[in-house]
Amino acid sequence: MSNPAQNEIEFDYSKYGFRDEENYTFKSSKGLNADIVRTISEMKGEPEWMLQRRLKALEIFHKKPLPVSGVWANPRLAELDFQDIHYYVRPGERAENSWDDVPENIKNTFEKLGIPEAERKFLAGVGAQYESEVVYHSLREEWEKLGVIFLDTDTGLKEYPELFKEYFGTIIPSADNKFAALNTAVWSGGSFVYVPKGVKVDIPLQAYFRINAENMGQFERTLIIVDEGAEVHYIEGCTAPVYSTNSLHSAVVEIIIKKGGKCRYTTIQNWANNIFNLVTKRAVAYEDASMEWVDGNIGSKLTMKYPAVYMMGRGAKGEVLSVAYAGEGQHQDAGAKMVHGAPDTTSRITNKSVSKNGGRTTYRGLAKVQRGAHNAKINVVCDALILDDRSASDTIPYIEIEEDSATVAHEATVGKIGEEQLFYLMSRGLDEAEALSMIVLGFMEPFTRELPMEYAVELNRLIQMEMEGSVG
Amino acid sequence: MSANNLVIRNLHVAVDGKEILKGINLTIEEGKIHAIMGPNGSGKSTLAYTLAGHPRYEVTEGEVWYKGQDVLDLEPNDRSKLGLFLAFQYPVAVAGVTVANFLRAALNAHRAQEGVDPKSTAIPMAEYRKVIKSRMDMLEMAPDFARRYLNEGFSGGEKKRLEILQMAMLQPSISIMDETDSGLDIDALKIVAEGVNKVKAEKPELGVLVITHYQRLLNYIKPDYVHVLMNGQIVREGGPEMALELEEKGYDFIREEVFGNAS
Repeated sequence: MSNPAQNEIEFDYSKYGFRDEENYTFKSSKGLNADIVRTISEMKGEPEWMLQRRLKALEIFHKKPLPVSGVWANPRLAELDFQDIHYYVRPGERAENSWDDVPENIKNTFEKLGIPEAERKFLAGVGAQYESEVVYHSLREEWEKLGVIFLDTDTGLKEYPELFKEYFGTIIPSADNKFAALNTAVWSGGSFVYVPKGVKVDIPLQAYFRINAENMGQFERTLIIVDEGAEVHYIEGCTAPVYSTNSLHSAVVEIIIKKGGKCRYTTIQNWANNIFNLVTKRAVAYEDASMEWVDGNIGSKLTMKYPAVYMMGRGAKGEVLSVAYAGEGQHQDAGAKMVHGAPDTTSRITNKSVSKNGGRTTYRGLAKVQRGAHNAKINVVCDALILDDRSASDTIPYIEIEEDSATVAHEATVGKIGEEQLFYLMSRGLDEAEALSMIVLGFMEPFTRELPMEYAVELNRLIQMEMEGSVG
Repeated sequence: MSANNLVIRNLHVAVDGKEILKGINLTIEEGKIHAIMGPNGSGKSTLAYTLAGHPRYEVTEGEVWYKGQDVLDLEPNDRSKLGLFLAFQYPVAVAGVTVANFLRAALNAHRAQEGVDPKSTAIPMAEYRKVIKSRMDMLEMAPDFARRYLNEGFSGGEKKRLEILQMAMLQPSISIMDETDSGLDIDALKIVAEGVNKVKAEKPELGVLVITHYQRLLNYIKPDYVHVLMNGQIVREGGPEMALELEEKGYDFIREEVFGNAS
């Protein structure tokens, strides 16, 4: 029997799951040591201070225990073998600014993923990273003229060493956690964004991260500086083919938003289910500045990610709006951290999670108000939907309040798909899978409506496939 | 007998192991309006849910035939596609799903054909907009209604009107109205009843089963037959005049006649 749902799923594998033949200019052997770190730094022609920073971070990485128990820890990390990973894979010589100069097979990869098309249609700039390096990078001339900088991070370091000395690693120091240390030791690629005073980039910049090789480690490093009164929306997407062995994606994203600036950072993470996705993302928002993390986690084996906003100036705002979907074998351990370090600061966390087919979702969130941060307001809402008896969800809120004037509202719901909702929709002709998708998409709608339309459509399609794939 | 009649034979239904319907025999005729009246707890809603296929209602005996199919073998969605429609007494809210998107999905589910790419049978967007607008105009609904989330924050009257809109869109051949009058003031009741009459006028072959506790809805939707349900059985059948008699005398006189004074 022809089953349209099945066709869709096969179509999807051709879209995300395809593998390219390996044709690299350099691929480090498996494992991690100081020599590999030196090689990376040397091949990139980095200044000595960066090499020293990397080597110091490597020491910290070795010293810090793997967080498999305690707070902000996950026992599944024990499955990760750090010596079974390639830490640096160089697909080409440099980041090109014309797709015609990108090696054919890599260009085809991004064509299949629809990146050049999206760039033509609605983006201000695009970065495309393949394995360890950014292979394509461009920014529309109109924004370049206004002084906007959008580069791959390696080029950024070369061209703006002063900005890097001032900001790199100041928001997330190497010693912050084991994976921040790892990233600092072996980082490669990522985006460097600077938006000058008062410039409002009103269409998004996008970076796309693709892992192709098996046992790959991708460690991009992103630094975004939004100057006073400036605005930017940065979007990232990520995919990889499925392998039976583990791969590792461990990024660090640091964002600085000066007085009155605004930044939105949108992620749609659809990694293959053999990837450990261990990411540290943190923004500092100064006076009247605002930071919004819009964070969608659909793929990966284990994701641990808690985007943070440190509100360090009066009137700063922080928001995290996230969804997580965990299917078979997946654990989405995601949440948010809000630190109120100044008066009259406001934060909001909205987390929606769906687990199915034995998947597990964890919401882990920190809401912290430091002494002197008067009249802080925190609002946390987390809603979990569990679709069957094999799946699970936990909510772990940490609240540290050192100011009596703080207002904290925390609301958490855990629900199963109601028989009444399913029956109501089915009584109008929808089959069980369609009814289920409709309920789940509706549940995620507060997230989806914040996405650019193209991404909303794509996310809905992914969720529909997950629902169809397991009914009947 | 027409295959387009819905025929219920000796229907026994249990909920959580307790028998609620105890041998219902009832034929809903093509194009006719039947009213089922009965006191609270008599099994009226159980009958409605059972016909629509709610999984909590367990059929222990009996059969239901419609268009040559044993309805009880079908999933709720297949019953809908066969032409059965239930207007819920308590319509269910689904957050984040707009009325317009839901109705389009429902319409497309009805248009879908086994083995055919659903994209090729789906209603084109422009045509859909036209259809929903004309249906909403007919029911005197404001355009923003279609953009609201399904029953989220709807008043009692709005919920019932949405049920009628769904009926008008899906064009069923048997419509079961489960206590559509409950929770409505008289103005809302009139609007809803007019909606049903308009749909019925457009499609005279539509068979309707109006389930109600009170007679007042039947002032606006005129039944051809009235059946009285009590204690899980149909105990009286008659014409529209019986509704008035019930209104006047209450259910007790029938209870006494049927079950004696023991209760």
